[in-house]
Amino acid sequence: MILLEPREQPSRLLAVLSPVVAIGLMLFAGGIMLAAMGQPPLQALYVYFFQPVHELWFYLVRPEERAMWIYTPSEVLVKAIPLALIGAGLTICFRANVWNIGAAGQYTLGAIFGGAAALYGPEGSPWLTLPLYLAAGAFGGLLWAAIPAFLRTRFNANEILVSLMLTYVATLLLDWLVRGPWKSPTSFGFPVSADFTDSYLLPVLVQGTRLHLGLILAIVIAVALAVMMARTLRGFRVRVIGAAPRAGAFAGFSQSGTIWFVLLLSGGLAGLAGAIEVSATIGKLQPEISASYGFTAIIVAFLGRLNPAGALLGALILAISYIGGENAQILLKLPKNVTGIFQGMLLFFLLACDTLIRYRIRWTSAAAGAA
Amino acid sequence: MEPFLISMMIAATPFLFAGMGELVAERSGVLNLGVEGMMLMGAVAAFAVSWSTGNSMLAIMTGAIAGGLMALIFCVIALSLLANQAATGLALTIFGVGASGLIGQNFVGEALEPLQKLTIPVMSDSTMLGRVLFAHDGMVYLALVMAAAVAWFLSLSRAGLELRAVGDSHTSAHALGLPVIRIRYAATIFGGAMAGLGGAYLSLAYTPLWGENMTNGRGWIALALVVFATWRPWRLVAGAYLFATVTQLQFYGQNWGWPIPAQFLAMAPYLATVVALVIISRDISLTKANAPACIGQPFRAER
Repeated sequence: MILLEPREQPSRLLAVLSPVVAIGLMLFAGGIMLAAMGQPPLQALYVYFFQPVHELWFYLVRPEERAMWIYTPSEVLVKAIPLALIGAGLTICFRANVWNIGAAGQYTLGAIFGGAAALYGPEGSPWLTLPLYLAAGAFGGLLWAAIPAFLRTRFNANEILVSLMLTYVATLLLDWLVRGPWKSPTSFGFPVSADFTDSYLLPVLVQGTRLHLGLILAIVIAVALAVMMARTLRGFRVRVIGAAPRAGAFAGFSQSGTIWFVLLLSGGLAGLAGAIEVSATIGKLQPEISASYGFTAIIVAFLGRLNPAGALLGALILAISYIGGENAQILLKLPKNVTGIFQGMLLFFLLACDTLIRYRIRWTSAAAGAA
Repeated sequence: MEPFLISMMIAATPFLFAGMGELVAERSGVLNLGVEGMMLMGAVAAFAVSWSTGNSMLAIMTGAIAGGLMALIFCVIALSLLANQAATGLALTIFGVGASGLIGQNFVGEALEPLQKLTIPVMSDSTMLGRVLFAHDGMVYLALVMAAAVAWFLSLSRAGLELRAVGDSHTSAHALGLPVIRIRYAATIFGGAMAGLGGAYLSLAYTPLWGENMTNGRGWIALALVVFATWRPWRLVAGAYLFATVTQLQFYGQNWGWPIPAQFLAMAPYLATVVALVIISRDISLTKANAPACIGQPFRAER
């Protein structure tokens, strides 16, 4: 019989170790799944998780062949940018015990508002147009997150369900826009908007790749948020309200103020991510803009130990699984859904391993356990 | 009007199954946000069995088992290992979306014979009321029977009383000698099996084909229905028919010549869910009266 016994202090070591163990367990269970699908498990796991890392290694140690190896590592970073931006915002939300799971909708609204700026805004120096574009995107996401914030603080409506419902509404809104009023007259019937002009395209950082300015934004924002959480009163409030709402109330911290703050912050960041992604990788609006990053970012937040800076690392790991999944589709003809299964399993194992941070396992005899 | 009413009876069925299952789980104090994932697994499992064996009875049972197994994963992580229930439920949905897509990849575009209608002689054909109420497949009635059974179980049976006790105060229930974790396992797995049945209904009868993500948020609406019903079975039945009506508007609104783009009609169920949540939640006395006090809280027996 296994008993869980609370630790006096949560284990810091295990908090760091838990994601490593969870990834190990995911690889093990994933290997069994791949074998059951008739794939040689080690080779398939290599394609999924190690080949992108391997190519990064080649890039680093073989300077003369850099041009050859740069593609995969740069694509991993491109995928990690939106995941890190959304994930960093969600860590703060989850810390406050506010469950914004509608980031996908806020991301979509960010793309729509950014798109409105790009399609109808002024032309000119990118120093002017890009800040306008990014601000519009962040505002769109913020506005969409303000709805669950208002309904939760004013009417006590559950933010999980409201934010999620609005995800479906956002997808339909985008669909209507690109099939209706914003449809490009020269698209030959395809549901796409006009191409964004150069003033509204994010600049590429490294020639020959798609790696764009969003990388710097994501890193700066995640680090700034980590500092805010650790060093400022605002961050302290969020942590107290999340961990002990009654203690927070006695200390005079406003619960609804915190709910507003974390929802607007995470919504704004998801909106920013949507605008960045559309400008940097698509260059126009279309019905499918990878909004499911909003859900994957939930795993990013947990992998990053609910720390905004940790979300950078979590985003990198999930980006590797995305790129590995794309490679596996091409090389092994494996369906794209395998990536989703890996991601779901990772979160399962992570949550299970996290139990050991607060509890230790004690084995007792069956008789004692039954008492 | 008649086809609208008939389709409303049908559209309410998956909400009834999934919502009633989640209601039982929540009454025992478990908030399982994985309903969408469990429905999808039920849908794909039932479709696969029906497609390869042609046996719809077996297919329906497989759907229930698939949903129950998904719920079992949730139980191990959230109930035994005390993980956060919201996060575990989300993981269940992410996993279910991926796994059902993988299992169903060979079935995309395949179609099934829809479930056979059970007709009752005389009553099924003579009047409009007869055709609306008495000309459906067995699962439509099964959903209503299950709803009545849950209502009876929760309010009139001893086991139902124990289940509610566990949901309202797990410490007192434990002190009285009730096996808190075991009761929660049972309630959650029942919820999963019901979600699986709801999914099976979608892929066997509602639209007898498999499509990725074919639940389209119905699992999440079922979760909202439980709040809307303030955790009471008969209100959930009423809510299921109300939401089914709204869902059907998108198909009939255009036929009736409403000058609204299809996308806005399709938003109706999701917006209606938000409105319903606001109306119910704003009245604290309404929600607090029946909400299980221990919902979402982990329980660890001290001794």
